[in-house]
Amino acid sequence: MADSVGPELKINRANGDKCVLPADEMRKDHMKHLKHQRDETMHDGIRTKQFSLKECINCHANKDEADKYIPVNAPGEFCQSCHAYTSVKLDCFECHATKPRDTAFHPIVTDKMKAFADVHDAPETKSMLDTIAKKDGAK
Amino acid sequence: MSEQKIDQYRRDFFTKATTAAATGAIAPGVMLMSVGQAQARPLDEPVSNKNRWGLLVDSNKCSDGCNACVTACETENGWGSGSTDEQKSDPDQKAQWIRTVTLKNKLTGSEHQLPMMCQHCEEPPCTDVCPTGASFKRADGIVLVDKHICIGCRYCMMACPYKARSFIHEELNDQSPDVPRGKGTVESCTLCVHKIDRGDGTTACAEACKKDGHQAIMFGDLNDPNSEISITMKKHATTQIRADLNLNTGVRYRGI
Amino acid sequence: MKPVVHYSAIEGRSIAYWGLLGTFGLFLLLGLGAVWVMEHNGHYVTGMNNQVIWGLPHVFAVFMIIAASGILNVASIASVFGKKMYKPLSRLSALMAVAFLAGGLMVLMLDLGRPDRLVIAATYLNPKSVFAWNILLYPGFFGAVAVYIWFMMERRMNKYSHQIGLFAFVWRLLLTTGTGSIFGFVVARNGYDASILAPMFIIMSFGFGLAIYILSLMATCRWTGRELGDSVLRQLKNLLGVFIAAMFYFIFVFHLTSLYGTENHGFENFILADGGMFTQLFWIGWVLIGLVLPIAIVYHPSMSKSRTWIGIASAMVIIGGLASMYVIIIGGQVYPMPLFPGFEVSSSFGDGTIASYSPSIWELGLGIGGIALALAMTTFAIKVLPFIPNSLSDELMDPHYKPAEDVVEADAAETNAA
Ligand code: HEC
Ligand code: HEC
Ligand code: HEC
Repeated sequence: MADSVGPELKINRANGDKCVLPADEMRKDHMKHLKHQRDETMHDGIRTKQFSLKECINCHANKDEADKYIPVNAPGEFCQSCHAYTSVKLDCFECHATKPRDTAFHPIVTDKMKAFADVHDAPETKSMLDTIAKKDGAK
Repeated sequence: MSEQKIDQYRRDFFTKATTAAATGAIAPGVMLMSVGQAQARPLDEPVSNKNRWGLLVDSNKCSDGCNACVTACETENGWGSGSTDEQKSDPDQKAQWIRTVTLKNKLTGSEHQLPMMCQHCEEPPCTDVCPTGASFKRADGIVLVDKHICIGCRYCMMACPYKARSFIHEELNDQSPDVPRGKGTVESCTLCVHKIDRGDGTTACAEACKKDGHQAIMFGDLNDPNSEISITMKKHATTQIRADLNLNTGVRYRGI
Repeated sequence: MKPVVHYSAIEGRSIAYWGLLGTFGLFLLLGLGAVWVMEHNGHYVTGMNNQVIWGLPHVFAVFMIIAASGILNVASIASVFGKKMYKPLSRLSALMAVAFLAGGLMVLMLDLGRPDRLVIAATYLNPKSVFAWNILLYPGFFGAVAVYIWFMMERRMNKYSHQIGLFAFVWRLLLTTGTGSIFGFVVARNGYDASILAPMFIIMSFGFGLAIYILSLMATCRWTGRELGDSVLRQLKNLLGVFIAAMFYFIFVFHLTSLYGTENHGFENFILADGGMFTQLFWIGWVLIGLVLPIAIVYHPSMSKSRTWIGIASAMVIIGGLASMYVIIIGGQVYPMPLFPGFEVSSSFGDGTIASYSPSIWELGLGIGGIALALAMTTFAIKVLPFIPNSLSDELMDPHYKPAEDVVEADAAETNAA
């Protein structure tokens, strides 16, 4: 935003040009959403992605010249630069990973397929469906 | 396909379609997701006590010297060999979410081993003693630490009959994005809660044990009478460790 | 005419006074330095680990917390049980009770993994947790005793000091029960799972508290040149003797009931016979130094007349008290938990073996820092407020103790009715 005072932010636009909410709302309210999300995920197992901290990191972590992720709380990086500017101290990153793990991204369906295959020893689609159908019929 | 769409399909599928014909009409991937879980849960639906997740460990099948479940847990959850952290802590101070215990019968001298981890009690002593409520049991029976309100008093560790919990004795930097961990808080086996919520329908230990061909660890829903785990438990005698404490553990054993 | 007891703040201008306060302050600073090291690095710098979860800081903290409520006993004897002689001793007793609780809590809080989250401890309370009950009991104790001190010092409020004294007394019983229950409720461990722990902690608190009080009173009177009558001291030491005897009894019953259940034989054998250092601490530290020798001194025909020996006996009770806490808290943890009856177990996580624990200098520093805080608070407070009577001479303290008037009246009423 042109009129915003603050540090120059290193925004990673590789995954699109938009945040999960309009930028000025995010600027104002991200802490509220994160804390709400935190309790919902922790206690109720709600795993929506919009305000997931993991997703913020996935999107906001920048890469260096060697194509390696830089931690979001490193000096000058997205979350850090702003918090340093406003002298906000977070403890989140004592526990939460500060960059995506290279292996962390699983295309969701294949992951499930693999999991299914591992558990049920079933080959590909057709016979799997048969098994399921049989189970349903048995009930 | 977007996440939301998949969810929508899942929900529709379970509310409307139960016939085999409908099954065929839906993309295979979608179907597959629902099978691991007894009941697929949309991302925005809270967990409920319809499910109670648990494990059944068959110590007869647990192979001497095998450590596959422990290694898998380390890799999945980023502790021990699964992380470069905890270099300063001595062996007694390092986290251990799961361990293999060797039992030697005092009378016969025969030996066997089995994995020990958080037993996910229905009446967990750790949650009773926790001053802040950081130790809690999720509606689906998984006992967790809400590390956001854990003050590191370690009373839960004193109370746990299974020594299943660890305290983090130093700063960490190499966590898995799925499993946040940090200095000064207590942690333990989460029953791979992030995998369960994702719909994987298994835990890292059970997966690894199966992959190694032992099948000593079975994951499932104790509340679903038709789940494999319930059926097996109906057929065979199983035991709870420290059954005298009446904790109704979610992890059961065969062949102790 | 009855002589009246006057109180005054001590002068506290001598080099010795500032030296004493400075020494306590220094130890407190060293303690805080140790905390900084522990919290900055994490608990890996301590001897604590995942087997011995609570270490030396808890030995000190629990000792000080139960001693704190025991110190208040002196005041309670005056206000609740109407013993006149103890009345002039009450103010110091209440002061030290607050100071020791503060010291103990400091140690407890600063040993947390996340002391920065103390606010959470106060705002998220789990109603089922004994620990959380205690978090409520501590401020209550501070409040009750503070009001008690105020009522004792403010003439207009004097007449209510009996009521508030009673309230503080009941509260202190709750507090010690709560502290004892922290361990008593840990059902998983052989060493703790005993309902007798809570009453035993109460008796121990009587003993430790009185020992600390006697030593402090003797030191204060001596260093400020105020008289302390022989018969006052004699009564106090006799009471100490009674408390030690009671502790003896409870320990005996504790181990006897423990031995009654077969499942505890292993643990009892460990503590009483072949636990190495723990067995030594039990017999030499707890039983010999903490109980047998002091009781012998206190009832010895000639030693019991010597102030030096009374002081030594009190110090022994304190040392024995720390030893007893070590045996209970650490000993209860190093002994392996019974997971698989009938099997010998082994694992990479210390199953089936005696865990090892060697306390670090930082933990010791923190513990001593807590004691330093308590003593510094006391030393400072007696300079600013009138806690100490100008004289505790036998004459003033009425050696020919007579029951209080109202008791006599009650007796009379009874005879009339009969
Ligand atoms: C002491 C460790 C610790 C600290 C500090 C911590 N968290 Fe967490 N957090 C966790 C754990 C453990 C989970 C559960 C992870 C799971 O089950 O997927 C979690 C989960 C979350 C989640 C839900 C999962 C996700 O990625 O969306 C959010 C949101 C969250 N934390 C936010 C925060 C915020 C904001 C802070 C800082 C104010 C913070 N956490 C500090 C340990 C921590
Ligand atoms: C899909 C990628 C993506 C995700 C996920 C994401 N962001 Fe953003 N975020 C962006 C982009 C791109 C911008 C810049 C938007 C703009 O300039 O309009 C932005 C902007 C912001 C801003 C405003 C910065 C400014 O001052 O202009 C904040 C604050 C922010 N994000 C925080 C978060 C938080 C917290 C999360 C997690 C809940 C998150 N973002 C998740 C991509 C993402
Ligand atoms: C545009 C500047 C800005 C950016 C970019 C930003 N933050 Fe913040 N954040 C703030 C401000 C300002 C506060 C303090 C708000 C307050 O104290 O009310 C804050 C507070 C927080 C808090 C609450 C801290 C607490 O303990 O109360 C969390 C959590 C947080 N930010 C997470 C993030 C994460 C994660 C990112 C990166 C994805 C991020 N923020 C990026 C400005 C920013």
